[in-house]
Amino acid sequence: MTNIFRGFAAVFYKEVLHVRRDAATLFFSLIIPLLQMTVLGFAIDTNIRQVHTVVYNADGRQESRELLDRLKNSDTFHIIRYVENDKDLNDAIISGRARVGVKIPVDYSDRLLHQMSAQVLVLIDGSDSSVAGQAINVTTAIGLDESLRRVLQDRSAAFPVDMRPKILFNPDSRSPNFFLPGLTAVLLLNVTTFLTAFSIVREKERGTLEQLFVTPVRPMGLLFGKLLPYLGIGFFELCMILAFMRFVFLVPIHGNVLLLALFSLPYLFVSLSIGILVSSKATTQSEAMQLSFLTFLPSIFFSGYIFPRETMPWIFYWLSNFIPATYFINITRGIILRGAGIQHLWFDALALTAMGTFLLVVAARRFHNKVIMA
Amino acid sequence: MATPVQTTNEPAISAEHLLRRFGNFTAVNDVSFRVEKGEIFGFLGPNGSGKTTVIKMLTGLLPLSGGSARVEGLDVGTESEAVREQIGYMSQNFSLYYDLTVMENLRFYGRIYGLEPARLKQRIKEIIELNGLAPYLNRLAAQLSGGWKQRLALGCAMLHQPKLLFLDEPTAGIDPVARRQLWDLLFELSGHGITFFVTTHYMDEAERCSHVAYIYYGKLIADGTPDSLRQLPDVQPAGTMRVEITAPEVTRALRLARHIPGIRSATIFGQSIHALVDESFDMESLRHQLGNHGIAVTEIRPLAPSLEDVFVELTYKHQALLEAASD
Repeated sequence: MTNIFRGFAAVFYKEVLHVRRDAATLFFSLIIPLLQMTVLGFAIDTNIRQVHTVVYNADGRQESRELLDRLKNSDTFHIIRYVENDKDLNDAIISGRARVGVKIPVDYSDRLLHQMSAQVLVLIDGSDSSVAGQAINVTTAIGLDESLRRVLQDRSAAFPVDMRPKILFNPDSRSPNFFLPGLTAVLLLNVTTFLTAFSIVREKERGTLEQLFVTPVRPMGLLFGKLLPYLGIGFFELCMILAFMRFVFLVPIHGNVLLLALFSLPYLFVSLSIGILVSSKATTQSEAMQLSFLTFLPSIFFSGYIFPRETMPWIFYWLSNFIPATYFINITRGIILRGAGIQHLWFDALALTAMGTFLLVVAARRFHNKVIMA
Repeated sequence: MATPVQTTNEPAISAEHLLRRFGNFTAVNDVSFRVEKGEIFGFLGPNGSGKTTVIKMLTGLLPLSGGSARVEGLDVGTESEAVREQIGYMSQNFSLYYDLTVMENLRFYGRIYGLEPARLKQRIKEIIELNGLAPYLNRLAAQLSGGWKQRLALGCAMLHQPKLLFLDEPTAGIDPVARRQLWDLLFELSGHGITFFVTTHYMDEAERCSHVAYIYYGKLIADGTPDSLRQLPDVQPAGTMRVEITAPEVTRALRLARHIPGIRSATIFGQSIHALVDESFDMESLRHQLGNHGIAVTEIRPLAPSLEDVFVELTYKHQALLEAASD
């Protein structure tokens, strides 16, 4: 009567049997995240390089060729074609063959020679804002730099103000270093929420859940018996993902990996509770699948995993405070990239623990009201 | 079953004015009944009439909207965990884990009830013996035929030696041999003092019960032994009798018979017609009238009402009452 975890051991043992018997599901739920990581790790490069560029050089003299060389050397532009008229320049961009078109007017060198302002037209395809932004920045910087040197006359003179940006933690701006720690959070969510939701919904479909409720098993015994095996799987998955990230993608882990493991527990706890919440609503496995996906989307888009939270409209920024992945991504990036310690990240861990506890209580209550007493 | 169940004077189930509402819908409306220890209580009614709801209320799965119920002397509302120790439940879809073996299913359900390892081993041995599961212990539950699934499910529900077993349509979709074997087993167990609460759609199974009740859209409209129900005045109104008329072309004979005065109701039963007729009804005139249409009646004999007749009559009467009330 007093043991609120009554039935825990029996349920735990049974759940382990299910997992062992269904090795295929386990295998795929462990392997697929690694495949996703491989694909995303290799494919995603947020640094904008080698933008296809078409050039109409109406001038063609030394000065104009020097300018083009500077564009090329920036690594941002890759000149794919030289054209001879405005129409071809336009067509190359409209057709999508090039994202940037540079037109150097016929009097470019003459005007520079006569100390007059020379204009260079840079056409930018705005359909990808990050490419456009990078193209504007680099061309503007090159133009400014070129101008300053001409105004100062002396090509070797130092600028009065010299900004020296220094990128901390990820000096080469390697995309995997930035992406993979965040991806860890998303992939873990995937495994744990799905597996828990499925394991419960399957029992609903089969009718065994109803059977369990007429036994003396207590809701907490049942829920924890179901949670813990999947917590173990989730934790194992985390270790695999981290090893993969470290040794295949060579992302250095600057902080304490044990702290990362410890702080991942509240996060796993949250996502397992979400799984239970999903299962208290869903009646079929496909419904559980859809609902789980619904919980992933905010985690992917509002957690800062892809888009920086700071640029979000205030409402989404505010919403992102309620998304567990937000905190865990801060933890993974903090520990892996910035070498952050417990003194920097305790709040995130605390927030996750609070969320997990809250969600589990809500899930258990919902479970009691909507599933048992239905 | 070696262990006899202790007997006290408490009935196995006493339900008083059970009421269950879902929103505006009253699923169970003022249902009262008692089930004595060792009875096989057949609980009948059409689909959606509230059978499963009553089971859920008695097993503590569903709170009561009104009334009260005691199971093995315990209040289902306030002592539901203690109630669950005393009861077993087998649902209509045999709630087994298909990806676990027979043995694993038995072990799991035993552990859920907190049986000590030694006792669990002993009980599993007894259940295997009782249900003849020995050849299948290492087979996955999914690979068992319907009859064996049902035996395993029953075994799982009995591991903790419940005094009262709820069987929700235990024989739906089971072959006739398995069905008969199950009933033999139920009789044997009930001889040891175990009480059974069985829902079924099969009238022949209802006839085997020591006590039957019929629920019709939330209202209990019959409750008693099969024999006492057959003698209800509503089933066998004064001045009427039941006869079985055997004739060829039974369908055409039925159409004709329904127009013959003195026949109150008639229905086909296999190769014959079961009819409720006035006591003064002239059998020879019936034979004659059907003969005029070229149907030679081979036999007319008096008949006791079947339980099906009982439920049909009571349902008609209940419907008539409802219509009268709504007019």
